[in-house]
Amino acid sequence: MAKFGRKGKGGLQEISTASLPDIVFMLLFFFMVSTVMRETTLKIDQHLPGATEVKKLEKKSLVSYINIGKPKLTFQTLYGTEPRIQLNDAFAKVADIRDYVTAEREKMDENERPLMTVSLKVDDKTKMGVIVDVKQELRKASALKINYSTRKVEVIE
Amino acid sequence: MPIRPTGQFSAASMADIAFLLLIFFLVATTMDIDSGIYRTLSPYDPDQPENTDEIKERNVYVVLINSNDQLLVEGIPLNIYKLREKTKEFIENPENKANLPEKAPREVEYFGEVMVSKGIVSLQNDRGTTYGTYIKVQNELIAAFSEVREKVAMQRFGKHYADLPKEKQDAIRAHYPRVISEAEPKNIGGK
Repeated sequence: MAKFGRKGKGGLQEISTASLPDIVFMLLFFFMVSTVMRETTLKIDQHLPGATEVKKLEKKSLVSYINIGKPKLTFQTLYGTEPRIQLNDAFAKVADIRDYVTAEREKMDENERPLMTVSLKVDDKTKMGVIVDVKQELRKASALKINYSTRKVEVIE
Repeated sequence: MPIRPTGQFSAASMADIAFLLLIFFLVATTMDIDSGIYRTLSPYDPDQPENTDEIKERNVYVVLINSNDQLLVEGIPLNIYKLREKTKEFIENPENKANLPEKAPREVEYFGEVMVSKGIVSLQNDRGTTYGTYIKVQNELIAAFSEVREKVAMQRFGKHYADLPKEKQDAIRAHYPRVISEAEPKNIGGK
């Protein structure tokens, strides 16, 4: 039987690492372009429902977010397991929404205020009771353009 | 200290610096693009009198969701997967059936005088309904309207609805107006 001879005696050839920075920079630029900065830290579990008829949110500066869902495990001792509303970085009550909307509206340019959109990011297991109350508050705050945040799916499950 | 000729420096740490930046961006950013279903709420007016205008029963498409996430459409329990087709039938009423909505002639640009349906979709949910189901139903209702409009766009202009210029989209929207009204929710199933 023939044996394979060992070619090139004495250790492996070292790979040149000169192109490594280029590769990493390439990855870096990819991530810089394709992602957006995190704005708030979520304190709730959130699994958005799927829908087929979704539209992209156009101008980020016109959108305010209301997050609703079950508090994350670390907050459950303090806030329980019932769905909670999170505005910016803190838990809030339904009554706080009107102030929040007013504050968000103040931040905008005057000519853009009528275009303000409120995006409801709600966990899909939440009961409608909370959402109905939130919607009622939004109506009172005359923030009438709303958006139910959903994932884009091909068929509903 | 070794003295290098000007214009040269060690590039060995470049990769480390780039990795550091890369990891920072991985941690501090998110990938998800926000998308969702747009709706417009009706203005809040507590003094508003109850709407006393008689709306004929045939013109209203009643969709009820109970606290067990079950659907009752026009008095009949329905599977959510059949909702889209049923709603499309209600919107179009192709055979002018007596139990489906009336139509009234209206002048619409690009179409001339067409028969526009007087149908209203009325959605009512319970406080115990799950949000996921509510969104699914909303989605199906909106999808039904989108599919009807898409069909008309293909028939009349030979193009997808989304690719049409705004005036033509408006014309189609006037031909098949999307009226989804949401009634105040009930609280029967409890929380």
